[in-house]
Amino acid sequence: MKCSEFIALLDDLIDDTIAAEVRAELETHLHKCGHCEVIFNTTRKTIEIYRSHDLYELPNDLRDRLHAAIMARCKKGC
Amino acid sequence: MTTIQPNTGQDEPHPDVALVERVRGGDIAAYDELVRKYERQIFRIAQHITQNREDAEDVMQDAFLKAYQKLDQFQGNSKFYTWLVRIAVNESLMRLRKRRTGKMVSIDEDLETEDGSVPRDLADWAPDPEQNYTQTELGKILEKTIKGLPPGFRVVFELRDVQGLSTEDTAEALGLSVPAVKSRLLRARLQLRERLSRYFKNKPGSRMAGPRVARAES
Repeated sequence: MKCSEFIALLDDLIDDTIAAEVRAELETHLHKCGHCEVIFNTTRKTIEIYRSHDLYELPNDLRDRLHAAIMARCKKGC
Repeated sequence: MTTIQPNTGQDEPHPDVALVERVRGGDIAAYDELVRKYERQIFRIAQHITQNREDAEDVMQDAFLKAYQKLDQFQGNSKFYTWLVRIAVNESLMRLRKRRTGKMVSIDEDLETEDGSVPRDLADWAPDPEQNYTQTELGKILEKTIKGLPPGFRVVFELRDVQGLSTEDTAEALGLSVPAVKSRLLRARLQLRERLSRYFKNKPGSRMAGPRVARAES
């Protein structure tokens, strides 16, 4: 397997949406190729960091204000 | 962070179905529940597209008001949240068009950008690289990094990877094909990885990884 073929299937490996035999092929490549191992691990880490960090947090006071405004207009029929 | 769990059982109706039915029957408290459930996620999507806090606040309000007004048009064959995201994306794009004085803006406009599917930075990252930054610094890095992506990539990454929607639901919410969502997700992930490498990679001869935010280049 070439590195470009590995990269094309990287998402399927990360999301675990591939058949067992393709997965085995990708893992064989991963064990032999240091570059692809770095790409695989750091891409997974990228997702993990974004998932665990609330990027555009809605503060509670603002949330309450917006929520109240929405509900007040819905009650009036918008 | 709360993620949206996919409806696993095909036979069991999604809990939103009962709430939507109650709203249709005139129960405003059921709509209050739906708004509470999804307001944070809708706000984030609006922020990703508009990149403007005031616009995101307006979009969030307008999307929920429009969804309430149009609830009789909602078909039960799609999920309420997917339908709501579609409204929010359209509202966000309209807001962008207003800012850009009528220039056409769409989720498809970024197809001509650099491919981004060939990783160049192959250096490994420091272990737990985010530990080298304060929460505020890390927040700035993550925001700056994702802002560099086209809006269509940002929103696909947000829906799939942060909120946990399926590829199919993401495609439906954005009016894109499943292959288009897959292609954007791969490129979004690789481009984010590449950009974060500047901050997180192991520096030879240094125990500290990554430059400080103040000195970071865009």
